[in-house]
Amino acid sequence: MNYIDSQLVFSQLDAKDSTDVISQLADALYKHGNVNADYKQAVLDREKVYPTGLPSGEICVAVPHTDVKYVKKSAIVFASLKKAVDFANMADKSQTVSVRFVAMLAMKEPHSQVTLLQNLMQLFQNQEYLEKLIKIDDSEKLYGELKDYFK
Amino acid sequence: MKKIIVACGAGVVTSTTAMNKLNEELQARGYEEGQDYKLIQTSVQSVASMADEADMAITTTQYDNDEIKIPVINGLPLLTGIGADSVIDKVEELIKG
Repeated sequence: MNYIDSQLVFSQLDAKDSTDVISQLADALYKHGNVNADYKQAVLDREKVYPTGLPSGEICVAVPHTDVKYVKKSAIVFASLKKAVDFANMADKSQTVSVRFVAMLAMKEPHSQVTLLQNLMQLFQNQEYLEKLIKIDDSEKLYGELKDYFK
Repeated sequence: MKKIIVACGAGVVTSTTAMNKLNEELQARGYEEGQDYKLIQTSVQSVASMADEADMAITTTQYDNDEIKIPVINGLPLLTGIGADSVIDKVEELIKG
């Protein structure tokens, strides 16, 4: 699964709000050469208009992303959060969801990676496994779990 | 044949996932894409301009537009799985006409 990279998996990310989460993860993607310099602002802007918090159950997740034109090489950056951070609900901007796990998507092709996205949504529905993932306090170990899961 | 718009913010990520789930579930209920129904993927900005040619719109994002004449349903359950059956039920009702 080459969309997942050990350099792009963070366990117990310390962030004060959703903007901080997105900024840190976008910086990682930029440093890793996956996105161009405008990607971060584009994701932040889009998150305001079309938020990505998903009320997936006990453990809620967020999937920030933006237009394909900012992406150079497809990747997903994963982060479990040290403490929950509020994201607006995708289906209702007036509500927030308390997010513990984030998968930020950098997709180069529209309408692609259907299997990957489907697996990602299955992961979010597998709350028991998510519970296990958010307890891992080592990024390398979290990477190992995710790599196996998406194999 | 019923035409159903599936839309999300950018028309890239979540609508792809929602469409795939919808196809899977409708096929499991014995409906054929291209015969019983057709899915049209787009971004929410384009829903209004495409609504004339469609029978229903499913959006994963919030969608407020009183002008629109076709039913618009929230497709978030297709992503989270929570309440997905009731979304599929509504689509099935439309297809059965």
